[in-house]
Formats: sequence, C-alpha cells, structure tokens
Amino acid sequence: MDMSMRKGTPLSGPLAGVTLGRPMALSLAVVALAALAPWLVSAYELNLLARFLAMALLAMGLVLVWGQGGVLSLGQGVFFGLGGYAIAMHMKLAALGDGDLPDFMVWSGLDALPWWWVPFKSPLVAILGVVLVPGVVAALFSWAVFRRRVGGVYFALITQALALAFATLLISQQPSTGGFNGLTDFQTVMGVDLGTPAAAHGLYWLTLALVVGVFVALRALMTSRYGTLLRAIRDGENRIRFLGYDPTPFKVVAFTIGAVLAGLAGALFTLHAGVVSPALVGVVPSIEMVIWVAVGGRNSLAGAIAGTLAVNLAKDGVSSAFPDLWLYALGLVFVLVVTLLPGGLAGLVADAGGTTWGRRLKTLIMGEAK
Amino acid sequence: MNAQATASHIGTTAPASTLLLAVDGVTVDFDGFKALNGFSLTLDRGTLRVLIGPNGAGKSTLCDAIIGRVRATSGRVIFKDQDITHLPEHEIVRRGICRKFQTPGVLPGLSVVDNLMIAAKRDRRWWSTFRHGVAAEEKARVADILETIGLADRAAAPAGHLAHGEKQWLEIGMVVATRADLLLLDEPTAGMGPAETSQTAALIRRLVGQHAVLVIDHDMSFLEQLDARVTVMHQGQFLKEGSVAAIRADADVAAVYLGRAKEDTHHG
Repeated sequence: MDMSMRKGTPLSGPLAGVTLGRPMALSLAVVALAALAPWLVSAYELNLLARFLAMALLAMGLVLVWGQGGVLSLGQGVFFGLGGYAIAMHMKLAALGDGDLPDFMVWSGLDALPWWWVPFKSPLVAILGVVLVPGVVAALFSWAVFRRRVGGVYFALITQALALAFATLLISQQPSTGGFNGLTDFQTVMGVDLGTPAAAHGLYWLTLALVVGVFVALRALMTSRYGTLLRAIRDGENRIRFLGYDPTPFKVVAFTIGAVLAGLAGALFTLHAGVVSPALVGVVPSIEMVIWVAVGGRNSLAGAIAGTLAVNLAKDGVSSAFPDLWLYALGLVFVLVVTLLPGGLAGLVADAGGTTWGRRLKTLIMGEAK
Repeated sequence: MNAQATASHIGTTAPASTLLLAVDGVTVDFDGFKALNGFSLTLDRGTLRVLIGPNGAGKSTLCDAIIGRVRATSGRVIFKDQDITHLPEHEIVRRGICRKFQTPGVLPGLSVVDNLMIAAKRDRRWWSTFRHGVAAEEKARVADILETIGLADRAAAPAGHLAHGEKQWLEIGMVVATRADLLLLDEPTAGMGPAETSQTAALIRRLVGQHAVLVIDHDMSFLEQLDARVTVMHQGQFLKEGSVAAIRADADVAAVYLGRAKEDTHHG
C-alpha cells in the first residue's frame, strides 16, 4: 500500500489505504473546522490562512503537473502573476472616475490608458482573464515545447527562464505595470468594500470553497483514465507513444490545468494580500511553490495543501523572528525532504502505516487501517 | 462505438488483399553507417515470419523503421496499401502495428491490469480518456489476455514487481491487446528458461491467423518450435529466406553465423 503511494496510484495521500467512510468523515471534519475559522482565529491569522489556502490551489495544480505528469515547472509564478495582475488591473480601474488614470501611470507621465488595460474595466473580462490568460499562455507554450519532445531538466530550465523574463518585463515596463512596486491600494472589488470584516470572511469562504471543489475535481481527474495515462506517460513516454497514444495533448492538458489553478490562486492571493508585485512571481517564488509540494508530497492533493500551509506558516514565523534566515531554512528543508523524505509529509503518513507504532497511531487518528 | 470496435475486431478476417506489409528498399543511414541497406520484405495477413541474423544485421533497426522510431533515409514502408514511412509513431500504431521491445517496456508504476487496459483501449484520442468506465468488450478482452499470459492472479500487482519473464509476457499481452494486425516481437524469449520459451512459442503460434507476427530471435530451439518461414539478414541486407530446416542447412547462412562464432571465440 505504501509502495503504491510512491508509484503514484490515484488513491494517494495521508488517506491512502484507509477503509472507506473514515477519510470522508475526517475530510468533512477538517473542512467544517476550516469553515469556522473566522470565529476561531484573529483577523490577521484569518488573512494569513486565506492567503495560504489560495496558494494551496496552485500547489494542487503542481500535484497534477509534477507529481502525476512528471513535468517539473519552475515557472508557476508566471501564471500566478497573470491571474493576480488580471484582477488587480480591474480593481485599479474600477476605483477611477471616467478618463482618469491609475496614480502610478500619472506619475510616470502616461496620458492614456495602454490598450491592453482597457478590457479589464469590465469585471467579467477580469474574471475570465484570471483563468483564460494563464490557461491560453500555458496551452500555447507547453504545446510548442512538448510537441518538440523537450522535457525533463530542459523543460524546467525553460520555465525558469520564463519566470525570470516575466518578472524582468514587469519591472522594466514601470509606466504600465507599476514596476517593482506592482499594483496595490485596492478599495473595492465588484462593488464590495474590501476593508470590512464581512468582505474578509466572504473571500475566505470563497477560497475555502474553491480549495474543496478543486480537490474533488482533481481527485476525479486523477482516478480517471486520463490520470492513469498521465502517470503512464510519466513512467514511459515512449511505451505510450508506441501503444498508439500521442503524449503531447495529455501533458498540455495537465500543464494548462496547473496554470489555470495558479492564475486563480494569484487572483485570490491578490485580493487577500492587497498587492501583487514582481517579487511574488519571479524565480525565487516559483521555486518556493515547488518546495511546498515537495514537502507535502507531490502525488498527494491533501499533502500539497498541508505542505503549503506548513511551509508558509514556518515562513511567517521564521521571517518575522529572523528575517535573514528564511531562505537558508527553506533550502535546508528542501534538501532534507529530497534526501530523506521523497514522498513528503504524505509519504511519511503512508510509511508510518508500515511500522507497529505507526499503525497504532494511524488507527488512533483515522480508524481501522487496511 | 461498440459496433465499430467489434467490426475492427473481426476486421482481420476480411482483408482487401492478402498483402499486409511491404518494406520496399529501405535504407537507414546513421552518419554513414548503413544499418539497413536497401532492404525489402513482404508479409501477408495472418502469417508468421522469423527474422534472424548476427548482431548488427539490422533486425531491430528494421522494426524501428517500420514503427517510425527511426526514419528511412530512402525507400518506403507500405502497410495496408498505404505509405506509412513518414507518419508519426502513434499514427502508425493506430493503423495496426504494435511492437514489443527488446527490454521489457511495461509501465512499472501501473498495475498489470492497468497496463493491459491502456493497451486495449480502442479510442486512443486524448479527449476520450475523460470518460469514466470501460467498454465491456475491452474488459472481457483484458480478462481473456490475463488468463492467456498466466497473470490473472497478479492483476493488481504493480508491473514493476513482476519477474523478468512475467514482464516479457505482460508486454506480449499488451501488444496483443491492441488488436494490431501486425505484431513485431523483438526477442520475446530474452531471459527466459526452456519451459517459458516453449510456452511463448505456443502462445505466438496461437496468435497467428488473427495477427501477422514478425519475430526476431536468436534461439534455434525456439525457431524450431515456431516452425515458420525464416528471413536471414546480414549487414543490413537480405541474405536468405526459407523454412527453418532449409536455413539450418544453408551454407551462406552458416558462413555468416560461423564468422560471428569465430569472432565470439576471440572475445572469450
């Protein structure tokens, strides 16, 4: 059972191998507890949790792309940024009167809105843009690359270059992108005042609902034949090709779904954090995203959520106490996970089932294990 | 879709002509080294052919050229009266050719039954994989093949956990599950003992008729059990064709193999 976990069978994660019924009950309990968070934690903590849950959407996308598809992307920050900037542009424009320009454009001496900003005045375009812009970019990019059978390390390097180029572009086009500072100082979204506790609660619940929905949808996708074929392509792309399948569209679909989820995560994060900037989308944040998933377990959706929460909580704690130490701590965690814990936290839970004490602990937590 | 699937299942019995495959003067040039040199071969539907030749004779390269893994520098590959020389690999497979590789090409992370299910899937276009559920006919076929290859009780095991011989059988099963009209079996008995080898020979003989089968192998006792027409290759070219007995008695073939045997004694 723990073997099948590492090999990436669909029923993975901390819930693997547990008798049916229990995991469902446990998941419902966790979701119910999370839904009550606005009354259980402070406003500051709720905001942190909301940000981390938004990031967990991206992390679940990486489970599909990296864990199941074997495609390591070091450029998820690009799609996160595309989603974040799409919603941020709308919020900047929505706060303006007719003919006015966002403040940073005025300071930079622009006298007209750049053409590509104009459609984002419409809330519908902005919401569609959050998923469609990253989705279309990812589909075209990955199709062009996978069709030429570029994969593995080369693909990872190309995506990293993409992240670098994207952040550099944002900074260099300061008059129309807000440059290094990004876009910030949002007042309302879709007519809702962002400053109120009600808005914070609503956005938190929206994020939680999306996390639950995406979890269920991705789980269904991973247990479908598409999921089986994606794992098969990861393990033997040529064998699949010589069984009459074209691997390219399978990988493109996975990469595109990963990008759409990253875009969604970026938009929600921007709403929770009140800012989107190049510092959130470049090379370093893109690598951090991979680390969340490595820590949680790259074949486990639940693991990816847990890893995202754990790493970001640690980041919050470490960087407020020792601001200079965070990157070293993160690097150390990554090295430890890669060398000692290839299945991440999810693998640890699954492996624990193999030892007597682990079994007892697991039985205690989750009921009868198989 | 079911009707179509059933139709093509029987499709092998209603040939437009008996000629299935024609390799027509194919040359494969690796930077000056001609792995295949103007090689030609024809194969009728439902027939068995064995391809032998010393190492480096171009047997595997021939399979590669048929299936599109390497591309012919000149010459053509005609399958079911259509030129497939420049089609993408998955297109060639979809037209009815499937290959078993020399080293077992099973998918280690998937269960035995999932390996077969992927191979047995009729509709291999990506958007068809989002549908849940498996056609009853595909399930029945997989169950049937599991019995035939003797892995029914290991259906749920990861393919990576199988013994070497079992992996070979699983891959043969996968190739058969595709219902291809032409099966290319590259050293199907590599790493097998005598008992497994004769079981494999019996299995292959059962496949003939429904599929045309091209087997590459070195093992003489295996060839005798297959009892098929033999084509001998040497240095990328056609050397001889005939029955197993005729080939065994042939002086040219003996010279080619003895030449190799002499080299082998040098090596040790």
